[in-house]
Amino acid sequence: MKPINEMRLTFPSRSANEGFARMAVSAFIAALDPTVDELSDIKTAVSEAVTNCVVHGYKEGIGKIYIHAAIYDGGRIRIKIRDRGCGIPDIKLARTPLYSSLGEERAGLGFAVMESFMDKVYVRSKVGVGTTVTLCKTLNLKDNC
Amino acid sequence: MSLNIEKNKELTTVYLSGEIDHHSAKFIRNEIDSVVTSLAPRELALDFSAGTFMDSSGIGLVMGRYKLINSLGGKLYVKNVSPGTEKIMKLAGLDLLAKISSKEM
Repeated sequence: MKPINEMRLTFPSRSANEGFARMAVSAFIAALDPTVDELSDIKTAVSEAVTNCVVHGYKEGIGKIYIHAAIYDGGRIRIKIRDRGCGIPDIKLARTPLYSSLGEERAGLGFAVMESFMDKVYVRSKVGVGTTVTLCKTLNLKDNC
Repeated sequence: MSLNIEKNKELTTVYLSGEIDHHSAKFIRNEIDSVVTSLAPRELALDFSAGTFMDSSGIGLVMGRYKLINSLGGKLYVKNVSPGTEKIMKLAGLDLLAKISSKEM
């Protein structure tokens, strides 16, 4: 299906860009007039996915993060967040709440937060190739008629 | 992101403001830990009233500070959290580690 509107972003995996990425997506979605809660949920989910690219995907250095956000009929939005980093050997384990492959005070809740704040979360990954996380949510459109 | 720490041997309060994410968490952690380890307060309160955003990095931050203050025999309080932040904290079960109070509207 063709999106009504879409945008693409590419930026280096510096932690300073985590804030930029969620603000940019939130500004793009703002045209749909989401509620404060909906916007906060989406910002948080994007922040989690981008942080995963920074701390896991490109843990050895800096790489590029690609975001594609699209708006479809009926307030449906789809945000793809992709890296060409190390990939996830075991997606099921990675999605387990409280599991983290890193010690450094990561709560292991990134995917749990994405899953609870979005309608659907899809993860595709290949070791040595990269990871794509797709976040989907349908906004409750206000009836303006 | 900025923070203000009210140092007191009985109750030390950390006022967090702005966005708490993976990028800002490291700075916040270092600032709090240097005060807490040198002062060893009986109670530590994290006040989120001026916080504008928090993701799961904030959970790691609260959990880590709980471990630290607990190892020193102190208690942790989490104050003035927004509904969005409270949702994430409860998802993580932080309410089992610290007393969480919501922001007064």
